[in-house]
Amino acid sequence: MIPLSYFLILSIILFVLGAIGFFIKRDLITQFMTVEIMLNAANLAFITFAKSAGSLDGQVIVFFIITVAAAEAAVGLAIILLVYRQKKTIKSEDIKLMKG
Amino acid sequence: MTEIFWLIPFIPALSTLILAVFGQKLPKKYVSFQACFAVFASFVISVISLIGLLQAGHEHSTIVKNLFSWIHAGSFKADLSLQLDPLSAVMALVVTGVGFLIHVYSVGYMAEDKGYTRYFTYMNLFTFAMLVLVMASNIVLMFVGWEGVGLCSYLLIGFWFEKHSAANAGKKAFIVNRIGDAAFLLGIFFIFIHIGSGEFRAINEAIGGGEITQSLATLIAILLFVGAVGKSAQIPLYVWLPDAMEGPTPVSALIHAATMVTAGVYMVSRMNILFTFSISAGHIVAVVGAVTAVFAATMALTQNDIKRVLAYSTISQIGYMFIGCGVGAYAAGMFHLYTHAFFKSLLFLAAGSVMHALSGELNMQKMGGLRKYLPLTYPTFLIGAIAIAGIPFLSGFFSKDAILTSAFASGQYFVWGLGIFGAVLTAFYMFRLIFLTFYGKERLEPEAKKHLHESPPVMTIPLVLLAFFSVIAGYVGLPVVFGKKLDFFGRFLEPVIEHAHEVHLTLGTEWMLILISVAVAVTGIYIAWVFYIKNPQTPHNLVARFPGLYKLLYNKYYVDEIYNTLFVNSTIKGSEVVYDHFDLKVIDGAVNGSASATNFFGKVLSYIQTGLIKDYALIFLLGAILLLGYLLF
Repeated sequence: MIPLSYFLILSIILFVLGAIGFFIKRDLITQFMTVEIMLNAANLAFITFAKSAGSLDGQVIVFFIITVAAAEAAVGLAIILLVYRQKKTIKSEDIKLMKG
Repeated sequence: MTEIFWLIPFIPALSTLILAVFGQKLPKKYVSFQACFAVFASFVISVISLIGLLQAGHEHSTIVKNLFSWIHAGSFKADLSLQLDPLSAVMALVVTGVGFLIHVYSVGYMAEDKGYTRYFTYMNLFTFAMLVLVMASNIVLMFVGWEGVGLCSYLLIGFWFEKHSAANAGKKAFIVNRIGDAAFLLGIFFIFIHIGSGEFRAINEAIGGGEITQSLATLIAILLFVGAVGKSAQIPLYVWLPDAMEGPTPVSALIHAATMVTAGVYMVSRMNILFTFSISAGHIVAVVGAVTAVFAATMALTQNDIKRVLAYSTISQIGYMFIGCGVGAYAAGMFHLYTHAFFKSLLFLAAGSVMHALSGELNMQKMGGLRKYLPLTYPTFLIGAIAIAGIPFLSGFFSKDAILTSAFASGQYFVWGLGIFGAVLTAFYMFRLIFLTFYGKERLEPEAKKHLHESPPVMTIPLVLLAFFSVIAGYVGLPVVFGKKLDFFGRFLEPVIEHAHEVHLTLGTEWMLILISVAVAVTGIYIAWVFYIKNPQTPHNLVARFPGLYKLLYNKYYVDEIYNTLFVNSTIKGSEVVYDHFDLKVIDGAVNGSASATNFFGKVLSYIQTGLIKDYALIFLLGAILLLGYLLF
């Protein structure tokens, strides 16, 4: 039996990797992927707690998160594609139309 | 049949609604037909109601119809309820009867006007408001009618609003009336605080039951009377009425002679128990009335504008009505109101007919010798003048005599003396008007002379009818000397009007008083005849002899100028100071200050909007960490 803490530590490592990746990578697609990693880190934490508590709630939420992530990937990639067509770049530093 | 009396105000109201909504699309003929018919229908119902009241006798003389509960908040209660009793029946009859004739006259007078439909809409609205005023069974609803007629007066004085003077006159009337109305409203508040109900019957019972003290009654009575002073154009708030002559002449006849301006007299009569209870308030009413009667009559002496003479005459005659109310002879005051409605509207309409004939000329110095050109206007005008002068056997004689006799009987000889003096002046200025307009040399403008014509029948028939009533209206209230039972008018009003302290004079004294008032009337006419027919030079000589007095009278005692300096200009100056220092600095400062503060903070906060996704994500992350830290520790 693998202890609970192992799962949680893995989840934290994944999350931190995702967060760091988000801040150090420059193109939108990679940043998008790091977001997916963070989501899956959360999924792992949910499943871990669901298993230890013997409740199905956490697993149900994971299904929701997977669904949302899929939808988000569809919309997000479409947006990135359109941004590329407009700007001929997907570097996040070059996209700052909303600067105040 | 009397149960349908509540329809009286609502027929003109319905007509107003139709004219206001669809009036512009309806043909002119239909508009005037509907407007006149609505008033006529109200008149018919008023007559039916009056007959019903006469048959019912004294015991059942008040019918109240509660249409619905209008305001009901805590102990404050005001219903939309109408009341039919002898007082309101007389008023409704005057308003609808005289009103109908004036509507018919207007069909001819306003025929060429481009605001024809608007005119009749306002006239019907006025009739509605006036009927609400006189038929209301509580003082709050009465106030609604009171303000309604004030509004219509404003709209109709300023009917030709593209004329600067007319617009200003309307404004003046409205603002001067506000002063009185504010006092009236305060009076209503006091009634509600101390009596707890606005119903006239409840007020009368409370005063009869001694629920309020003498001094409180005086306070309320004076506040209400200030309202009446504004509406009925008495000293010191009379200044709006002469200017109100800027409106169309039938309006002057209906609103500013026959009905609205007498609303104050009606209100005082309606509250007669209050005014009788408070002795000093009664004295004030009588003195204000008497002083106004003479003061306004002196101003009428030198005016050359035919309508302004009549306006001052109206002020003076309302003064007489207040004398009647003030000395406790409310029936006499109401009687004068009723006869005055006929002869004064007759005079105004006849003056309108003269103006119509002369293409709008108002200056009497440019008239003269019109007698032969206006075969119907002249005799009717003359009948009106005789009636108002107080020559026996016409209506004005009976009512004025009733008032003066009561004033004498009440022992207020000062008031009586002023009344007699005013009667001389009345006879003089009315016949000055007649002589200057219809007799003597023709002083017409050549242009006006070309178009000189008698008015069409639609205008002259109302004149003839009003002249007829001016002659006979007085016979419902004969003085005591002709027999005790002949004062039908007074006895009809008895259930509503208390005879508080009636002093009976001997028959000899009564005869003497009648002779005096006849003598002064004849004297006035004789002086006018000497001045303007026999020796037309006399007025000029007198002016040369007393230039100061003439100038004082001609300029109406400079009252307008004094009011302008004291009140109008100081208000304007004060407003300018407030505008410069408060509006511009404080209010505008606050508004502009909040705008620039928003602008400033917006600029500062916009620095964190870098547009870079990573910055937002960083802030998001920091926030999440902070939140987490807060939850954990």
